[in-house]
Amino acid sequence: MGHIVIENLRKEYSNRRHFSRSPGSNPAEYREIIRVLDDINLEFEDGEMVSILGPSGCGKSTLLRIIAGFDKATSGSIRIDQKEVKGPSPNHIFVFQHSALLPWMTVRQNVGLGLRNIEDKVRMEEKIKEYIEMVELGGFEHHYPYQLSGGMQRRAELARAIAANPDVLFMDEPFTGLDFLTHMRSREETVNVHEYIGKTILFVTHDIDDALIMGDRIVVLGGKPSRVKMERTLHFPRPRDFEKYPELGKLRSEVFLMLGVPYAV
Amino acid sequence: MKSTLDSKNLPILLPVLAFSLVLMIWELMVRVGCWSTDVFPEPLRVIISMGELISDGTLFKHVISSLFRVTIGFYLAIALGIPLGMLLGRREIVKHLFNPVIQFLRPISPLAWIPLSMLWFGIGDKPAVFLIFLSSFFPLVVSTTAAVISINPVFFQVAANFNFNRLEVITKIIIPAILPSIFTALRISLGIAWLVVVAAEMIAVKSGLGYLILDSRNALRMDYVIDGMIVIGAIGLFIDFFMKRLGRIDSVFWASATR
Repeated sequence: MGHIVIENLRKEYSNRRHFSRSPGSNPAEYREIIRVLDDINLEFEDGEMVSILGPSGCGKSTLLRIIAGFDKATSGSIRIDQKEVKGPSPNHIFVFQHSALLPWMTVRQNVGLGLRNIEDKVRMEEKIKEYIEMVELGGFEHHYPYQLSGGMQRRAELARAIAANPDVLFMDEPFTGLDFLTHMRSREETVNVHEYIGKTILFVTHDIDDALIMGDRIVVLGGKPSRVKMERTLHFPRPRDFEKYPELGKLRSEVFLMLGVPYAV
Repeated sequence: MKSTLDSKNLPILLPVLAFSLVLMIWELMVRVGCWSTDVFPEPLRVIISMGELISDGTLFKHVISSLFRVTIGFYLAIALGIPLGMLLGRREIVKHLFNPVIQFLRPISPLAWIPLSMLWFGIGDKPAVFLIFLSSFFPLVVSTTAAVISINPVFFQVAANFNFNRLEVITKIIIPAILPSIFTALRISLGIAWLVVVAAEMIAVKSGLGYLILDSRNALRMDYVIDGMIVIGAIGLFIDFFMKRLGRIDSVFWASATR
């Protein structure tokens, strides 16, 4: 299960200043409070693919990290399946922006991280093989991450994440740094994997097309501090195409405008 | 002629050339110099006396006792220094507590500890082993700490995400992550340990390469002194070569490949 409820979430950072701006003010005022996220209320259904969009620096990665339990919210609550998020958990696996495969482990060992508690070693090996083949990395089991291309590394990390059988998968800009064709292929693979496993996937991106083509729901953040500027469920069947669905194209222009680009070129 | 000079043979050929050059300069200096050959023996005499030392077994005995002391002292330094370095790297409070003391003790040459170590441990292997331990302990602690601090924090987040217990964090994240820098640190500190063993053996023992040199000086056998120096250099070269090879094993190689 992966039903997520976010209520009144707020995130603030305090910047410590060495000198106060006005002489005579008390030390507590030396701190400058920067509010990044404010008044975030969202609810995601189990099995949804949610894309979170926003300009860079708007705190979308921070939001994702808070939901995943890697960061603490200043106030508000996050519940996944009625349970308050208190920290990272193997039920909520995070796929990091830059490859977080352990470089001293082979593909097989990395994918096996989430399966290492299976008692029956034969079954464990079978499972590992199954997930490696799912992302089409068969034959690369004994390769180290540095021996793989960028796209293959992302696939291996995706396999590692799914192998842990999490209720929720978090992906922080999963396609950055990939070349165009690999990007397109990874997009398709992620959609296929989502269809196959049916788990909730939250992914953060600044690529509007990724968000609209992949997401069951899109959330647009913006402003200072960031709030939810738009939340929309997308019922368009896949494969999606902006020409096939003029309404999707209209939404695309709308999002572009919202993010500060007057018209989509 | 051209085939022997291709790039494949160069790494062997050039060092041989350099060593021959040193030998020639040495021979030349003996011939034109004003020292008697008892004070500055020529290469041939040194080689002949090397043969004597090898055939009567004394050289072998001295090499073994030197290597034995280095091994014990070095293992002690590894066993205590690396865990301490890991603790310092992971626990901010421990680091703030001990780091100033370590940085204070570190620049004190192991040789300055000679008087105290002789009084504490008496005559024999113990003071020498203690000095070798000191010489490699501090570099190992400092470089282990630095290596642990520089581990990419994402790996610890992965560990938390996959619910690693404390032992797994150490064995699956910290140790493999620092292994490449540890190998470099081991290589450097073993070199220092080998430097110190000779000095340590000049004070409190009756065996080892340091003792061989000191004893030969007392007997005015400069050819034996030079023999000792040559063997020390050769073993140092071999140790360094061996440690470099260790850095190429698979579990360490990822670092040089990703750099």
